[in-house]
Amino acid sequence: MIQDLVIAIVYIGYALTVLLLFGTVLTWVERKQAAVMSDRIGANRAYVRIPFTQVKLVWWGLFHGMADGLKMLLKEDWKPAAYDRLAYMIAPWVVFTPVLLVFGVIPFGGTLDPGKLLSALPAVADWFGERSYPMQIARLDAGLLIVFAFGGLSVIGAMLAGWSSSNKFSMLGALRAGAQMISYELVMGLTVLGLILIYGTLDLNAMVQQQSGLVLGFLPAWGIVYQPFAATLFLTAAIAENKRIPFDLPEAESELIAGFYTEYSAMKMGLFMFAEFIEIAIIGALFTTLFLGGYNLPFLNDSGFALPGGHVVPLAHGTVVVLQLSTFLVKVLAMSSFQILIRWTLPRFRFDQVLMFAWKFMLPLCLANLVVTAVVVFLLQR
Amino acid sequence: MKPPPLATLPNPVRPAFAPEGEGGPVIVNIGPSHPATHGTVQIIAALDGERVVRTDVHAGYLHRGFEKECESHTWHNLIPYVDRLNYVSALINDFAYCDAVEQLMGVTITPRCRYLRTLLSEYSRLVDHLTCIAAGLMELGAMTAFLYLVMVRDYMYEHLANLTGARVTYTYGRIGGLARDLPADWLTRLADILDKYEVFVARVHGLIDRNRIFIDRMRDVGVISTADALHWGYTGPILRSTGAVLDLRRDTPYLAYAELDFEVPVGIKGDNYDRYYVRMREMDESVHMIRQLMEMLPAGPINVDDHRCTFPDKQLVYTEIESLINHFKLVMDGPAVPAGEIYVAHESPNGELGFYLVSTGGGVPYKVHVRAPSFVHMGGVHKMLEGYQLADIVPTFGSVNMIGGECDR
Repeated sequence: MIQDLVIAIVYIGYALTVLLLFGTVLTWVERKQAAVMSDRIGANRAYVRIPFTQVKLVWWGLFHGMADGLKMLLKEDWKPAAYDRLAYMIAPWVVFTPVLLVFGVIPFGGTLDPGKLLSALPAVADWFGERSYPMQIARLDAGLLIVFAFGGLSVIGAMLAGWSSSNKFSMLGALRAGAQMISYELVMGLTVLGLILIYGTLDLNAMVQQQSGLVLGFLPAWGIVYQPFAATLFLTAAIAENKRIPFDLPEAESELIAGFYTEYSAMKMGLFMFAEFIEIAIIGALFTTLFLGGYNLPFLNDSGFALPGGHVVPLAHGTVVVLQLSTFLVKVLAMSSFQILIRWTLPRFRFDQVLMFAWKFMLPLCLANLVVTAVVVFLLQR
Repeated sequence: MKPPPLATLPNPVRPAFAPEGEGGPVIVNIGPSHPATHGTVQIIAALDGERVVRTDVHAGYLHRGFEKECESHTWHNLIPYVDRLNYVSALINDFAYCDAVEQLMGVTITPRCRYLRTLLSEYSRLVDHLTCIAAGLMELGAMTAFLYLVMVRDYMYEHLANLTGARVTYTYGRIGGLARDLPADWLTRLADILDKYEVFVARVHGLIDRNRIFIDRMRDVGVISTADALHWGYTGPILRSTGAVLDLRRDTPYLAYAELDFEVPVGIKGDNYDRYYVRMREMDESVHMIRQLMEMLPAGPINVDDHRCTFPDKQLVYTEIESLINHFKLVMDGPAVPAGEIYVAHESPNGELGFYLVSTGGGVPYKVHVRAPSFVHMGGVHKMLEGYQLADIVPTFGSVNMIGGECDR
């Protein structure tokens, strides 16, 4: 159906815009938040001057992300003398692309009814008719598995980068990246098993729909309420997966210079950095989807607010859509900000300690959480 | 006919290591330009996976011929050079050097100068320890704690710039006194900064001290025993972290230290955590001492009235022939230091900072030797690196606080 294709293209466009925007804005958020945390002013130099005037738009340094991007693009693309050409070239893309793909299965809003939304334009509305679409690029039964499949791919990129640059520090970084990311992949997988038991599905949209409503009459029925342990463990493993402090061993600047991307320059290096920042947003999005009810606001359903005591505030479809989209974005931003908070608070682990932490601390906790969840779910279903 | 090929020379930097081969250890160069080496020092490490099997530490990349250069300058002209030894606590170098020259000349400094030098020495120690701990934390990834400490340090730098005119290399000491007296309100601001210091250091204590990651990284890493530390000639916080109570300020009191109430903090195990904590405690002791000295500081002149070393008043130089000649002789010939030799050591933030001076009479030294703690520490630092992980080199080397300026001279 040509209508489906239009909607899919709109969704993909939206997702790309949001992700690239997050990637850029988060560099600014990171700087500014770090500055606030350590009593500084932070980035405030880059500006855009309106042509032919002396009006300079500084906007709290918001343009630093643009300046950075431009700098990365214009820099000389220096390459080491001896390297494996093909692997060296594709490594940044192998890291970058899967990060974007993960967003394909994440629901970023409720149900979109284009006919209702565009009722002001009767021709278009008629063309769409009664069709409605969940706001998600690909609604797959195996959504969560896709997340892990793509998440696992970026290890290959890190390994390729380290292997191909023919540098001992890159190599050490790649070894660290490999061991660390595979260990935490496992932990991350185990943390969400409890959720799968509770929701009985791998489809992310179905999971989010089950998180609407209330528990005990006042708590939103979010994953974090059912699985607080899993939520903490998941976030920890996800940060480790993203290789940021306290888990930034593969690129620990004081030990390995820049780890597996020591030999990269210009935009190739920029892609690694960009992938890292987009992954912050992706982790935020995943955490929001799995544990924070996705686009759900308490008491909000597809037709409006249904407040306790029988009060109903009906809302237009367009308002609901915007409300759900922005709820999702705000939650993602809050989670990204929380990750930055952690990054600027803690020192870095040591390599053996990171693996020890994964296998001897987090894995048993995950298993315990899983067993308890399984028993409780079994008893409740009896 | 082609000349016969030259015999391959052994690698001059790595003679101690067997060439890399299949299955053997990997040899990596950490430095001379590597983020882990604060100054310029090269650590060649043989790695078995992540474990450091063997290290070879090469100092000397910042060698600039300080000691030889000293032999062609007057005693006074050396003060700016001395600043550049340990450039993080330049004032202590100044005062130790001036103290040595004064003892050689038999000059006794005025009481105000004595107390002021003590106060500024402790202030410098504070700056040095702040820098060392901050850099160590930054290398562990704790950026916020680093910025907290460096912010206090910057207050101190600006405050010292207000007194001396420079932020890092002050050239503030003079033989027989100091460059100038305190500006108005300097002590008020000092009290203010010390209060700020307490706020920020409390934050760092809260962020770091009992942080599980930090303890795991620092505890039982880079351990050195008291016997080894003494054997390798270690002094200062590294020696004290092993439990040995050895502090020149307490053992051979110089300046006004005999009149001060202070403790010498020591560690238990001689590991990185102890070195971190000894430095933190020493900073608190320094603040305690500065507060006492602010009370004790007497009024009076800061320079001795001795024409052999003290420059005459500018007004007199312009109006009086004797003063003009005195000024001229001091500038051209240098202070008249009688023949003799002397070794004077002060407790610098890194350990025993000693000046060995030989004079054959006249205004130029015959020999100046510096017993720089960093250089001595470099001799045994491999003891603290070998057998640990590659990642441990960073905090261990940070806690040794090698300062290229004084190590390589």
